[in-house]
Amino acid sequence: MEPIIEFKNFSFKYRAQQEPTLYDINLKIYPGEKILIAGPSGSGKSTLAHCINALIPCSFRGDVKGTLRVCGQEPAKAGVFGMSKKVGTVLQDTDGQFIGMTVAEDLAFALENDAVPQNEMYERVNKVAELVSMSSFLTHAPGELSGGQKQRVSLGGVLVDDVDILLFDEPLANLDPATGKRTIALIDEILKKEKLMVLIVEHRLEDVLYKDVDRIIVVNEGRIIADERPDDLLCKDVLEQQGIREPLYITAIKHAIRGSDKKLQPKDAPQHIESMRVEPYREDVLRWFTQVELPNRRNENQPILEVKNLSFAYSPDAPRVLSDINFTIRRGEMLSIVGKNGAGKSTLSSLICGFYRPAKGQILLNGKDISPLSVKERGEQIGLVMQSPNQMISKPMIMEEVGLGLAVRGVPAKEIEERVHETLKICGLYPFRNWPVNALSFGQKKRVSIASILVMNPQVLILDEPTAGQDYRHYTEIMEFLKKLNEEMGLTIIMITHDMHLMLEYTDRAIVLADGHLITDDTPAKVLTNEEAADRAYLKKTSLYDLAIKCGIEKPDELVDRFIAYERTLRRAKQQEDTAGTGKAGGRKGENR
Amino acid sequence: MTKLLSYQEKDTWIHRLCGVTKLLFFLLWCITSALTYDTRILAAMIAISLALFAMSKTEWKQVAGVFKMVLIFMVLNVVAIFLLSPYQGCEIYGSHTVLFQWFAGHDVTAEELFYLLNVVMKYFTIAPSIFIFMVTTDPSEFAASLSRVGVPYMASYSVAIALRYIPDVQGDFRRIRNAQEARGIEMSGKAKLKDRITRTASIIFPLLFSSMEHISVVSNAMELRGFGKKKTRTWYAQRKLQAGDYIVLALSVVFTVIALVITFHDGSRFYNPFAG
Amino acid sequence: MDKKKFGIQEVVATGIGTALFVVLTTVQIPTGIPNTALQPRMAVLAFFAAVFGPIVGGIVGLLGHALGDALFYGSVWWSWVFPEGVVGIAIGALAVKYAVREGGFGKKQIILFNVVQVIANAVAWIVVAPVLDILVYAEPANKVFLQGVAAWGGNIVIIGILGTLLLAAYAKVAGKSSSLTKEN
Repeated sequence: MEPIIEFKNFSFKYRAQQEPTLYDINLKIYPGEKILIAGPSGSGKSTLAHCINALIPCSFRGDVKGTLRVCGQEPAKAGVFGMSKKVGTVLQDTDGQFIGMTVAEDLAFALENDAVPQNEMYERVNKVAELVSMSSFLTHAPGELSGGQKQRVSLGGVLVDDVDILLFDEPLANLDPATGKRTIALIDEILKKEKLMVLIVEHRLEDVLYKDVDRIIVVNEGRIIADERPDDLLCKDVLEQQGIREPLYITAIKHAIRGSDKKLQPKDAPQHIESMRVEPYREDVLRWFTQVELPNRRNENQPILEVKNLSFAYSPDAPRVLSDINFTIRRGEMLSIVGKNGAGKSTLSSLICGFYRPAKGQILLNGKDISPLSVKERGEQIGLVMQSPNQMISKPMIMEEVGLGLAVRGVPAKEIEERVHETLKICGLYPFRNWPVNALSFGQKKRVSIASILVMNPQVLILDEPTAGQDYRHYTEIMEFLKKLNEEMGLTIIMITHDMHLMLEYTDRAIVLADGHLITDDTPAKVLTNEEAADRAYLKKTSLYDLAIKCGIEKPDELVDRFIAYERTLRRAKQQEDTAGTGKAGGRKGENR
Repeated sequence: MTKLLSYQEKDTWIHRLCGVTKLLFFLLWCITSALTYDTRILAAMIAISLALFAMSKTEWKQVAGVFKMVLIFMVLNVVAIFLLSPYQGCEIYGSHTVLFQWFAGHDVTAEELFYLLNVVMKYFTIAPSIFIFMVTTDPSEFAASLSRVGVPYMASYSVAIALRYIPDVQGDFRRIRNAQEARGIEMSGKAKLKDRITRTASIIFPLLFSSMEHISVVSNAMELRGFGKKKTRTWYAQRKLQAGDYIVLALSVVFTVIALVITFHDGSRFYNPFAG
Repeated sequence: MDKKKFGIQEVVATGIGTALFVVLTTVQIPTGIPNTALQPRMAVLAFFAAVFGPIVGGIVGLLGHALGDALFYGSVWWSWVFPEGVVGIAIGALAVKYAVREGGFGKKQIILFNVVQVIANAVAWIVVAPVLDILVYAEPANKVFLQGVAAWGGNIVIIGILGTLLLAAYAKVAGKSSSLTKEN
C-alpha cells in the first residue's frame, strides 16, 4: 500500500533560529492508520504537524531539506489552501478556531470560502452537524457552548470538506477530563464511519489511549525517538526518559516490579487497563502497595479562609451560579477546587477576590468578615494568578513587572528593589532580573506572574489552572515550585483546575463543585475513586482505581494514596540528586508556540 | 459594565428584512435627519420612528440603559450650544424675540429655544432607528448582506469578526481588569493624571498583547480552512432580498426625496415660524 | 507574511482591533476639566494603525467609532465618525517607518509617530469634524471648534502617552532581544 504521508530525510529550520527544529525525519503513515505523536514542548512535534498542513513553510518561514509527500502532493508547493482540501486541522485553541458567529456558520466556513451554493451548503452542514452531534445547537453562538461542544464544532468544520487526513494539535489541552475522554471516543467513532487517517499530537498519553491507537511516535529534540505499537512502547522506558507521562497504572506496575527480574510484557496488552492482563503482576502490586508508607497529612492549623452559606447570582432574578457553599481552609493547606467548565469554580474565586458581591453568605479571612474590604485591599492578602501569564504581564522588564504591585501602593523605591530581589530569588528568576519578559520561556513567564503576586506577601494564593497547556517537565517544574512555597513559606495555596494529576499529586484536599453546588470535600484519592462524584463533576476516575479493583485491593483509594506518596519520595530523591549535580541549564528556550 | 444593545430574535416584519435593507434605510434616515431643520419633517420622522419601534416589538428594558446615555449626551450638547452660542437661533431665523433676560446681557430668545427644539428632535429621530437596527438585525446575516451592496468580502468579513469577537474581548477585558485591580492597579481612583494613564496602560497592555496573539491564531485557523482563496465567496447566513425589502427600500428613497424637497424648496434648510 | 495589501492577517486585525476599540468605548480617564475625558480607545486605534497600516487603521476608526457609539450611546454622529477614519489612515500611512513589528520603535520613530499623530488629530478634530458639524448638522461654529480643540488636546495627550507606551512595549515584546547574560 502507498503511504499517505511520507517524510524522507526531512529537516526544517525556522528562519529566526540557529538550529533546525526537525532533523532528518523518515516516517511513513498509511491510509486508515491512527497515529499518536508524543513529545515534550519544544520537541518539534507541533512543527512536524505544521509541515503536513503546509503552515510550514507557507506561513512560518524557514529552510526545508529532504522531501515530504502528503496524499501525493508536496505541501510546500500545494500551499495552505491546496492542503486544506486534504488535511483537516483541529487546533488546540477552540476559541481561536471558532470563527463563525454561530455553530452553523462555523461549520459552513470552509464551504463559504469555496463559494459552494447556499442550498448545498445547508445540506452538508446538516449532515456534518449530525456526525458531530451538534444538530440541536446550530443557531448557538460560541459564548453559549462548552469547551467540548466548541471542539466538536471545530472537528465538524474540517470534516465538512471530505478530507483524507485529520490532524489534531493537542486536542485535550483545554478540556476537563470527562470531556476529553468523550472527544477521544468521538474521534474513534468518526474514524469508523469515514475513511480517514488520524494524527493526534498530544502529551496526555493516557487520555488518548482510552481508545486504540495504531502507533505512537515519540519525538524529542527534533528527532523521532521511537515509532512503535502502544503495547510495545508502554513496556519500555522510552516515555519516562523523554519526559512524557506514562499511564498511571503502567507506572504503578513498573514501580511494583522494579528490582525483580520481571518485565512488563506486550502480550499482556497494557494499552488499556480495562483489557489488560493484570494477573502476572498482581502479587507484585500487592506487595509493593503494603510496603509504601502513608504519610500523615492532617492539617490542624487555624482556619485562614472560611466560606459560609455563600450564594451568588448575576442578578436577583437570574438563576443561581453558586448556592449555599460552605468550607474552611486552614493555614498552610494546598488544595484544589475542581469541577467541569461552568461549575462555578471561577465565580467562587471571583467572590473571594471581591470582583463580585455575594447574594448571600459570608467569607471570613482569619476569622474576620472581608465584605468591607475593596478588591485592592483583598489583593494584599489573597493573591490571584491568572491562567495565562500573558493576561497579567504589563511591563516589558522583569523587575518593573514584579515591582508593579508595590509601586502603585506607594512603597519607596529602595524597599521595592529589596523586596523584588528577594522574591526573584525565591522564584529562581534572580539571574534574569534585568531581562525583558519576552526573553523568558512560558514556564518562566508563569513564575514572573506568580512573583508579581508573591512580592506583596499574600497569605493565600489562588491560581487558575496553573499548569494548563504545559508538558510534563514544565508541569513538574511549576508544581514543585508551588509545593516549595507551600512548605517553606507556609503559604496557603488554592488551585482551580481540571487536571486530575495535579489534584492527586500535589494537593491534600479537593473541593468538588457541580452545577453551583459543593458536592464533595475530601482527599483527592477518595474523590477520584468515588464514581458518583466523579460523574457529576465531569471528572474521570483514575486508572489506578481500575488497577486496584483488578488486583483485588479492597480500598482503592489507599492504592492511590500510596502511589502518590511513593512518587513524591522518588521526586524528592531525584531533585536532591539534581541540585547536588550541576545546576539546571536555564535561560532562553526557543519555544515555538 | 454598561449594558449594550444586542440582537434579539423575534418574528416581526422588521426582523425579517435583510440587514442591508435596514442599513440603507438607516443611512438614508441619518442623512435626512442631519440635513433637515424643517420642524414638520422632524416631527413626522419621530412619529414614524416611534411607530416602527412599536412594530419591532422591542421591549423597553432592552434599550432603557442606552436611552439614558442618549438623554445625557443630548442635554450636554444642548447646554453647550446654549451657553456658547446663545444667539445661534437668532442668526438662523433672522429675528430676535426676547422672552426674558437670563442674566445681564444674556437674553433668552424664542429663536434660540426653537433652534434647540430642532436639535433635540434630531436626537429623537435617530435614537429609535438605531435601537431598531441594533436589536432586530442578526449580526451574521448583516455581515453577509454587506457584500451584497458591493463591499469587498474581505472587508465584510472584518465586520463579521468584529461582531463575533466583541463579547470575547469584553470578557477578557473584565477578567484582566479584575486581576490587575487585585494587584492594586486601578484605572479610577485618586492619582495624578500621568499615573492614571500609566495604570491604564498596565491594564490595556495585557489585553492588547493577548489580542495580538489571538490575531495570529485566528488568521492561521482561517487560512487552514481556505479563507481568501477564491475571488468570490458565498455566505451561509445570506438571505435573498424579498418583496418586503424592495418595498421598504423604495419607500425610504421616496421619503428621503420628499423630505429633502420640502426642506429645501424655499432655499433654506430651516423651517422658519418667525418669518412674516 | 506576504506583502499583500489586505491579507487574512489584516482582515483579522481589523476585526479584532474594532472589537477592542468598541469594548474600550466606555473606558474614560477623567482629566479634571469638565466634559473632557481622555479616551484610551484612541491609543488602541493609533496602535493598530501604526502596526498594521492605513487600511486597518482607517476601518478600525470608522467602524469602531460608529459601532461603539451606536451600541453604548445610541447615537451615531457621522461628523465625528469620519475624522476617526482620518486619524487611522494618517497614522497608518507611515506604518512601515515606525517598524513596530520589527522591534524598531526607538527614539526617532517615537518622535515621528508623535509628530504624525499631532498633525493627524489636528486635521481630524480641528478641521474635518467642525466643518462637517457646521455643514451637515448646522451647529454653531464657536461651539464645534471649541469641542474640536478639546478633542484634539485630549487625543494627542492620550495617544502621545498611552499610545507611545503601548507601541514601545509591544515593539520590545515582538522584536528580537539582543544577547542576554545571566547575572549572579
